[in-house]
Amino acid sequence: MKHTPPVTLFVQCIIDTIYPDVAEAMVKVLEDLNIQVSCPTSQTCCGQPAFNSGHRQVAKAAACKFIDLFEEAEIIISPSGSCVNMVRHHYPELFADDPEMQKRAIKVGAKTYEFTQYLVDVLQAEDVGARFARKVTYHASCHLNRFLGVDRQPRALLSHIREMELIEMKDADRCCGFGGTFAVKYSDISEAILKEKVDNILQTGAEVVTGCDMGCLMNIQGMLSRINASVEVKHIAQLLAER
Amino acid sequence: MAGIDSEKYKQNAHKAIADPVLQSALTSLQGRLGPATKKLYNTLPEGQELRKIAHQYRRKAIDNLDVLLETLAENIRSHGGQVHFAPSAEDAVEICVRIALENHVRTVVKGKSMVTEEIGLNDGLEQAGIEVTETDLGEYIIQLAGERPTHIVAPAIHKTREQIGELFTEKLGTPYTDDPPTLTQDARRALREKFLTADMGISGCNLACAETGHITTVSNEGNIRMATTLPKLHVAVMGMERIVANLEEQQAILRLMSMGAASQQIGGYVSYVGGPAAPGHSDGPEQFHLIIVDNGRSKILADETFREMLCCIRCGACLNICPVYGKIGGHSYGSAYSGPVGAVVTPLLFGINDASDLCSGESLCGACRQACPLEINLPRMLLALRSKLSEGDPSWQVKPARNQERWLFRCWQFVNGNRTLYNLFYAVARKAQKILPTQDGMIRKLPYPFNGWTSQRNMQPLAPKTFMQRWQEKQEGKK
Ligand code: SF4
Repeated sequence: MKHTPPVTLFVQCIIDTIYPDVAEAMVKVLEDLNIQVSCPTSQTCCGQPAFNSGHRQVAKAAACKFIDLFEEAEIIISPSGSCVNMVRHHYPELFADDPEMQKRAIKVGAKTYEFTQYLVDVLQAEDVGARFARKVTYHASCHLNRFLGVDRQPRALLSHIREMELIEMKDADRCCGFGGTFAVKYSDISEAILKEKVDNILQTGAEVVTGCDMGCLMNIQGMLSRINASVEVKHIAQLLAER
Repeated sequence: MAGIDSEKYKQNAHKAIADPVLQSALTSLQGRLGPATKKLYNTLPEGQELRKIAHQYRRKAIDNLDVLLETLAENIRSHGGQVHFAPSAEDAVEICVRIALENHVRTVVKGKSMVTEEIGLNDGLEQAGIEVTETDLGEYIIQLAGERPTHIVAPAIHKTREQIGELFTEKLGTPYTDDPPTLTQDARRALREKFLTADMGISGCNLACAETGHITTVSNEGNIRMATTLPKLHVAVMGMERIVANLEEQQAILRLMSMGAASQQIGGYVSYVGGPAAPGHSDGPEQFHLIIVDNGRSKILADETFREMLCCIRCGACLNICPVYGKIGGHSYGSAYSGPVGAVVTPLLFGINDASDLCSGESLCGACRQACPLEINLPRMLLALRSKLSEGDPSWQVKPARNQERWLFRCWQFVNGNRTLYNLFYAVARKAQKILPTQDGMIRKLPYPFNGWTSQRNMQPLAPKTFMQRWQEKQEGKK
């Protein structure tokens, strides 16, 4: 059998601090596939909120820290499309005037994968042995879908979960209104967009809404919970870890 | 209406979201045009590749703008037309007013044109005592109502047919009806009068062709063709970036523009105008003037970061997909240019500080880029604008805004740089969150400055332990 290199976890800050179960689930899926997993515990946020708000110097500091910490890794895996997009696409941009750092950023970016992208594109594992007897609908996060071009992969993984019924929602790839600090600064607009998303989710009659980015899912969960809707929110790693 | 009024973005957005008429108009517009345009791109005989190629055509034209504009001007002059370069909005208005006054013009009919909205041409003409009539049905409606366009291609979508019926009764004296064909007939009759008596016609220019020396106008009502051929004077106003090198490139872009603008293979009436009526010809105007407007475009051209924006052909496809525009409509942007295109171009043309909410008030979902026939990278430029706002940039006269936010992010940088501090911060936050009101274990109200999150949303509280702590404990357990 060909050697599968060990993977290094890059855990989105909100998963680290608010939804640690998601990272646990990801580790379980990887370990069940006999992948050796390591995790540098001094990691913090990748700097995306600062970058998206225009504070590039602040984001740069986070990027330097990230690159120092992850440079030696063979493969870096993250359960968040938007964080991977930050590392892959925006880190090199941040160092446009520093060729040395830019080279390092590009190298780190090239080995950073979103979780489902890694499973399907690198490991060619579409069936990870999951079983989940619920009705599920899938939200296609913007950065994952449009900026990383990852859509087929999570859908392939979902289609192999035993006993699960996947119900497509209307406009699954339409923004949920999260947008990081946008959701706080322009909350009226964010909530109006979110309301449409939540209506589309409720329309499906699904019991669970899933996706590959806890930012969006936290946003969706926030409104579902406020209106006392019974739909549960789960990251795709949590579904894939169900047996 | 020159100038902008973008400071009330948030308030206007709030109002727009609460307006059910507007909401249903926006939903239906986006539901109709967004998917239809996407479908059309798939039918391109050249394949989706054409969009990238067309982007290159535009880019090449922008990179050679000086040469192309010279060629265009020479060719138009050789056809007997007159070409005027206007460095600023005021210059452009002044040139147009001067042409009108020199020719004793009292009435003007206009085809729909964004650049004339940008420079405030109607106000300028009216101040000179000249009557201006918009002849695009949508523009005519909002002109009668004294409003701004709510969409760059479909300016009056925010008005119901009942409102239009009342407006026509009040302004045109026609008997009230809310039947669209009858309303259209009423407008047609009123406009026909204007066309036949107007002294001057004004149009924009969708895309000029340097090689042949002509401008093009595209419409679906035929009104621009009438406005530019019936009166004895035709003045066309074009943004200086609206040009391509040759006919082949022009037709590819016009097709893509029609797909983006109206989900059509090609607009209903495409006219090519290169000068006045030829000697001995009975049709066409006696004089043709082209006013080429800079008004801040040279500055955009000079900045590599934003030069791509000059490739834009103002088709409006990005509005038809944008989730933010889909909720707040065009008026919220306080500028002639709304939606994603407006969010980038308004700050660049009118001042980044003055339009700061336009740079920041988007979710960066990227749908605009995907929908744009030329795949213009609007999200990239929005991010660049935000960095100018946050960090300041003397070359764009941007003063750093949001001092409080900057201060917060600096503190955050300090904490984020050190995991021990980071852990400590979260340990304190975990304790502090206990005093916040909850609903079924979820936080119901976050403190300032995060309170926006919890107006209609709850928030999952911080977990008792971070994943890193759990991981460390697990590793230690294994030893
Ligand atoms: S940015 Fe693209 S989609 Fe938007 S108006 Fe310009 S050309 Fe059309």
